[in-house]
Amino acid sequence: MSIANTKLGGLVAWIDERTPLTATWKSATRLAGYYAPKNVTFWYLFGTLAIVVLVSQLITGIFLTMHYKPNTSLNESGIPLAFASVEYIMRDVPWGWLIRYLHSTGASVLLILVYLHMFRSILFSVYQKPRELTWLLGMAIFIGLAAQTFVGYLMPWGQLSFWAAQVIINAFSQLPFLGQDFTIWLRGDYVVSDATLNRFFSFHVIAFPAALLWLLIHHVPHTVKDIRYFLAFLIVCVAVIFFRPEAGGYFLEYNNFTQANPLQTPQHIAPLWYFTSYYSILRSITYPLFGIDAKLWGVLGMFASMLIFALLPWLDKSSGKTIRQKGPIFKLALALFVVAFAALSYLGTVPTDPQRLLLAQICTFIYFAFFLLMPIYSRMDKPRSNEGRGAR
Amino acid sequence: MNKLFIRQILIALLVMPFSAMAVGIDIQLDRAPDRSHDQAALQHGARVFTKYCLTCHSASFMRYNRLRDIGFTEQQIKDELMYATEKIGEPMKVVMRRADAQRWFGVVPPDHSVTVRARTSALGPGEDWIYTYLRSFYRDPMRPSGWNNLVFQNVAMHHVLWEFQGEQVLEGDPSGKTHKLKLVTPGKLSPAEYDNLVADLVAYLKYMSEPSAGPRKEVGIYVLIALFVLLAFAIVLKPGFIKLEKRP
Repeated sequence: MSIANTKLGGLVAWIDERTPLTATWKSATRLAGYYAPKNVTFWYLFGTLAIVVLVSQLITGIFLTMHYKPNTSLNESGIPLAFASVEYIMRDVPWGWLIRYLHSTGASVLLILVYLHMFRSILFSVYQKPRELTWLLGMAIFIGLAAQTFVGYLMPWGQLSFWAAQVIINAFSQLPFLGQDFTIWLRGDYVVSDATLNRFFSFHVIAFPAALLWLLIHHVPHTVKDIRYFLAFLIVCVAVIFFRPEAGGYFLEYNNFTQANPLQTPQHIAPLWYFTSYYSILRSITYPLFGIDAKLWGVLGMFASMLIFALLPWLDKSSGKTIRQKGPIFKLALALFVVAFAALSYLGTVPTDPQRLLLAQICTFIYFAFFLLMPIYSRMDKPRSNEGRGAR
Repeated sequence: MNKLFIRQILIALLVMPFSAMAVGIDIQLDRAPDRSHDQAALQHGARVFTKYCLTCHSASFMRYNRLRDIGFTEQQIKDELMYATEKIGEPMKVVMRRADAQRWFGVVPPDHSVTVRARTSALGPGEDWIYTYLRSFYRDPMRPSGWNNLVFQNVAMHHVLWEFQGEQVLEGDPSGKTHKLKLVTPGKLSPAEYDNLVADLVAYLKYMSEPSAGPRKEVGIYVLIALFVLLAFAIVLKPGFIKLEKRP
């Protein structure tokens, strides 16, 4: 054991003498790495697991790219090549089904981990001074991941791939001034088409992964290494991948097993589960205000709901370092927010009706109130004295 | 008391959106019997599919030689199942040209490689949908084909298996709750035998929608066992709390 360690150390030293390898790694990670919070608990595991899943996504992605064809033209049976190549991977490529399920499950699991990681950040107020920059880099990663999964979802070229892209790209067109031009650039066409699929493919396999990796190197302050947690996590993932790869339609939607048809709008269009809360907010804003129509407010609301997390370091005035030390008002606000987020996520997966719309509007209000009123209520709160864990 | 009250409100809020779930679904799907492990049923289904469905519906992701999965020999596949092609490595395509199909039926009959997965919806699993669909054709003189379907109103397809089922008519209003299908002309098979035929066909369609589903679950069990063994070792050999490794 120790011999192996010495040998490895020798190898690193050998490389170090000749290249700036470790120096680069250290300086790259120092920016954020300097300020690791002291109170590390179970909740700190999710960030590390997310890195593991991200690596798995990169590796499975390499193999999927070998067989996937970003091409919407029809084969002789009338099926788009992109759609057919995914089924080809599932059937004719040895172990292709496993690689594809690893990748599709990985996307959802990654978002679950990122949400838990963000929730942890609020629980422990990790974004407070002097870690604002780490938080902002993390937010950039979150937005980058959202973009990455959004473009990735177009790849299978199923009905929902096509129509979800259609809806979200059209949302961009509502933005004033550059909106129209930007959407045409984004699609490379006036409709979602082969050009769109090709540039989304390029974003998905080159641009966004590169950007995400760069951001990640600068974000990660430390990692939690405990094989037992990794194994427990893997067991859960394996159970999904091998026994419920569609996860009841949440990880792989059933309507996406139908090839994209630009002439037939599905009755019900919804993005994948990790975007449905923002999608709910888009749909719930139905009032025109200040001479700006409801559509634009909806789009602004949707983008704001994702970006507003970035303001947390300046909104949270509470002094407690962990949720245990925080006062009852903050706890209640956070609980309400979690409930509103879950409710919005669910409402975004189902067709809307007046009753659901009202509920989504209430939840949207709670969602934004949680952030915008935070400077007030987090000041009002009486924090508990420094007892319990985390105070050391 | 106060805490309890807050907790109750939170739970009520969480449950509320889900209670709004009941949407107007008026079709009740019948459950397709699970025959995914019944090789004889799968083989029978494959025979029915290649003989009656494959004339119009392709299964262009399914190669003939893959039928060895469900117990056919290569010779059997060549002699008994291949009507449209010569090569056993070919996928199941149809001879009919797409433009012709469009002209004759108004729509091109869809490819059925993944139909069972695609048909899964709030109503239930895709196999239940097809099982109910294939048993819900009825005579309708208003339709060009002379047939209509309860599950898929005004479908372009006619009742291909009518010889076996016979002819049904609809009693009552299809949009109301009182409708009922009644068999007026019996077919070659009794209703129970016909249900059995459709169940076999649906079992085959389900197999075809994901041929790797069987091996997938089998491999999954071994992977899970291996991970549990590793986990046991990890728990025994490395007690203690999470270790934090700081970068220098």
